[in-house]
Amino acid sequence: MHPFAYTRVSDTREALKAGRAGGRYIAGGTTLVDLMRETVERPGTLVDISGLPLRDILVTKEGGLRIGALVRMAEAAAHPAVRAAYPVVSRALELSASAQLRNMATIGGNIMQRTRCTYFRDVTADCNKREPGSGCAALHGVNRSHAILGTSDQCVATHPSDVAVAFAALEARVRLLGPDGEREVPFADFLLRPGSTPQREQAVKQGELITTIEIPALPRPLKSGYLKVRDRQSYEFALTSAAVALHIRGGVIREARVAAGGVGTVPWKLPAVERHLIGERPSDALWTAAAEKATEGARPLRHNRFKVALLKRTVERQLRIVGGTK
Amino acid sequence: MSPQPQAAVGAPLSRVDGRLKVTGQARYAAEFDIDGAVHAVIVDASIGRGRITGVDTDDAEAVPGVLRVIHHGNAPTLPYRDNSSGSNNLPGRKLRVFQDDRVLFHGQPVAVVVATTLEAAQHGASLVKVRYDAERPTTDLAEGEPGEPTGYARGDAEAGLRDADVRLDLTYRLARNHHNPMEPHATIARWDGNRLTVWDKTQWVYGTQLELSTVFGLPLDSVRVINPYVGGGFGSGLRCWPHTVVAGLAARITGRPVKLVLTRRQMYFGTGFRPSYDYRLSLGGDRNGRLVAADHRIDAETSSYETFTEAVMTPGQMLYSTPGVRQAYRTVPLDVNSPIWMRGPGAATGVFVVESAMDELAHELGIDPIELRRRNEPAQDPSNNTPFSTRRLLECYTVGAREFGWQRRKPKPRSTRDGDWLIGMGMAAGVYHTAVAPAQSRGRLNADGTAVIESATSDMGPGTYTAQTQVAADALGLAVRAVDYRLGDSRYPQTPPHGGSMTMASVGSATLDVCDQLRRQAIRLAVEDEESPLHGVSPDDIVVRGGRLHVQGNPARGESYQRLLTRNGRARLEADTSFTPPRGERFSISGYSATFTEVAVDATLGLVRVRRMLSVYDAGRIISPKLADSQAIGGMVGGIGQALLEHTVTDHRDGRIVNANLADYLVPVNADIPDLRAIYLDGEDYDADPLGVKGLAELVICGVAPALANAVFNATGRRVRELPITAEALL
Repeated sequence: MHPFAYTRVSDTREALKAGRAGGRYIAGGTTLVDLMRETVERPGTLVDISGLPLRDILVTKEGGLRIGALVRMAEAAAHPAVRAAYPVVSRALELSASAQLRNMATIGGNIMQRTRCTYFRDVTADCNKREPGSGCAALHGVNRSHAILGTSDQCVATHPSDVAVAFAALEARVRLLGPDGEREVPFADFLLRPGSTPQREQAVKQGELITTIEIPALPRPLKSGYLKVRDRQSYEFALTSAAVALHIRGGVIREARVAAGGVGTVPWKLPAVERHLIGERPSDALWTAAAEKATEGARPLRHNRFKVALLKRTVERQLRIVGGTK
Repeated sequence: MSPQPQAAVGAPLSRVDGRLKVTGQARYAAEFDIDGAVHAVIVDASIGRGRITGVDTDDAEAVPGVLRVIHHGNAPTLPYRDNSSGSNNLPGRKLRVFQDDRVLFHGQPVAVVVATTLEAAQHGASLVKVRYDAERPTTDLAEGEPGEPTGYARGDAEAGLRDADVRLDLTYRLARNHHNPMEPHATIARWDGNRLTVWDKTQWVYGTQLELSTVFGLPLDSVRVINPYVGGGFGSGLRCWPHTVVAGLAARITGRPVKLVLTRRQMYFGTGFRPSYDYRLSLGGDRNGRLVAADHRIDAETSSYETFTEAVMTPGQMLYSTPGVRQAYRTVPLDVNSPIWMRGPGAATGVFVVESAMDELAHELGIDPIELRRRNEPAQDPSNNTPFSTRRLLECYTVGAREFGWQRRKPKPRSTRDGDWLIGMGMAAGVYHTAVAPAQSRGRLNADGTAVIESATSDMGPGTYTAQTQVAADALGLAVRAVDYRLGDSRYPQTPPHGGSMTMASVGSATLDVCDQLRRQAIRLAVEDEESPLHGVSPDDIVVRGGRLHVQGNPARGESYQRLLTRNGRARLEADTSFTPPRGERFSISGYSATFTEVAVDATLGLVRVRRMLSVYDAGRIISPKLADSQAIGGMVGGIGQALLEHTVTDHRDGRIVNANLADYLVPVNADIPDLRAIYLDGEDYDADPLGVKGLAELVICGVAPALANAVFNATGRRVRELPITAEALL
């Protein structure tokens, strides 16, 4: 670990000031400290924001949710409003990491977490994300866990978060506070595909602070859930995952929100799957046909070809679990 | 067998050191508080093969607190005298730390930074710039150049296979596995003049003592190795690794005690591993399911500088009567660090192949897998025609089948479904050779009625402290709490490595002998003492219970050790022993098992979930049932890991291990582990050793992986011959 300065702030004004001066925000520290130990991250100053008043979960009057950036993963997962309105969110959280990590890690930190690509985390390996221009060791290396969607020849790393897949599906918005005031970014624009700048991962400007994540209201009744497919049953990142929310009225699917994890460089929204579902009646055939659309544009690598089939089956399974079978 | 009543042996005692462990008072190697200790952090090679062309230490040395950066350019020449000890003396030329510019594998130690704080040492290590002339390494087993084979043959395997009614030609591939004990490897080294003391995580204090004495050119007794507690080993502590020498060297150069703890990442190349295998087996049988011939062609990885071999051929030679057997075992030198024994060494690999193949043959012939095994049960060891001391494998099948409900298994694959899950059952036999080696012990029986027994053995988790205490307590006729069993110090009497399931048989026999001696001394003292109520009684008629000697069948006539020794003015009685197992191979001695398991495989997602598992063991006498269960459950969990999860992944382009951490190298978590049950056939084997034990620690992993693979086949109809079995193989 490289030496660093540490400062603790007690209000957002102080935080922004420290952030503007080049400080790096830290809350639960479950990703950042690990990466600092590996010298992947070498911040000069850490600004501890865990004392900021961003720990509330509010239900909006339309029926959406506003989750403070510093709410712990475990708190959000257990919150009655989250469990009632968006099981997909609480389930995604429950299936993440370990109990210890969920007790420390925050929601804001979760969507800021960096990839688990082994080459990114090994400072002696080539990685464009860590060291732009050095190359991508994963592209022709060991890439079983890597992305098949949204990749570029610069980077094929997945975004590791589970709850971000739920946020992507539900079209959440990220509220940011910066020197010039507040702004809101749709989740789809918040996490960035690597393209030719894989080192840029979030649409956050230096010194900006995530304050809340807002999940818009959806028509009720809404059924939702999250399926995570992995080799072992806990404490592993997804090989594939699917977040699904369906509004079914009169036996017809009126609204559909679907996204996949473990397969994209960012949580992968599946609009083609959603379109295929709208206006249809739930059936096994429908789930299969819709899931076929999940891998449009997939570009598998040497060790992760299986993810193409596995992703379709994961989406199909979760559509059936959430939407039921006729 | 001892005439003493057996009160402690066979009782389900909790660990005598359990309280110390759960309250954090048991001190592990890195936890000793040594005055003035400084910290060392190793810099690992970031290439897989080549030469070091320069080491720039300026930035590292500028870090406040950094005392020294040591590398091949400034390290002294070390004697590295020949060492006769097996585990540190594999054929070849061992890695010599900082003695030249060669890089033999990715992660090899190339420098060490010593600093007053751990943080300064870590930071310094990250600032050392090593320049290399890199060459392309060969790390893929399939691409290496195999060495000359070791062979075995009986009968005419070739003809047998040619004429067999049924012949299967099968290729199995097993991934490299790492031990991953909870406790990282760590060393604290301190020099006092020309004497070296190390607190080191090891399964063999004597082996480490011997190695350090030869590396540094010291008399053996100038080196002391201390290690009272080991936080898991599974074999990773069976050798003195380079980092222990690095710690000693750094301490000598800086003149300070040095603490060096490997990071989890460094454990993947700083210690050994279970090598990967490519194992081809041709199996021939007749229509009635009798094996006629087997041809084994086995390739295993080893390092470029040492040849590591293990008993992988044994199961294929003696598990079943097979007239024609041919085996060729080749090691393939690669640009990797040297492998080492890992739980069930050789056998866990060989049994997987043989038992998977038997299941294939059973399916091919339409014979129940247990029935097929019964038809090939040998009357004596077919590898050398010696009688078995005990071999109760058939009983293991019978008991296991009954208790598991094997009759409910549907022989046709893919015929049981539970929602999205395909359900299957599988079984496999297991075997592990019972090893016994010379061991020494010494003991004191004190006038206060307590005893101290000492041996330089280890307790990496199986419960050596507890089980040896149980043996000692019964032989001395003392309560368990009156016995203080001490281990983990090279000043104690020598023992073999704490591995290969031989500690109970070897060290336990020494414990038994030394305690029998002490008891007999006390009895002799009593019968010759006119003031003793036991005066004149025949020594054979006296037993000791609860620290009181008395006439057998007449508890009223006797006295306590305490009274006897005090009256005689004896502060203590002392004894020592050197147990040597009987010479000659009169018997074929092994532990046996049958493992049964039920798995569920997601029909579309390919995920394997273990539903239940039962193993039945023919392991001789069980000294400590609660510890045995702990061993058995641990072995089953290890086998589940081997079968479904564990895989050290190397990037063959540069020899880098890409999953050198516990998030990416998968071991089972609690959620993966279902109901596990162990049954031990009641009995003992006194041809094996004076305690009648056959060893359990290795046996309990052998047979688990093939039982799982066979269950996966029964569930899905897919035969996966590559470990671990992952989702992609089942989609």
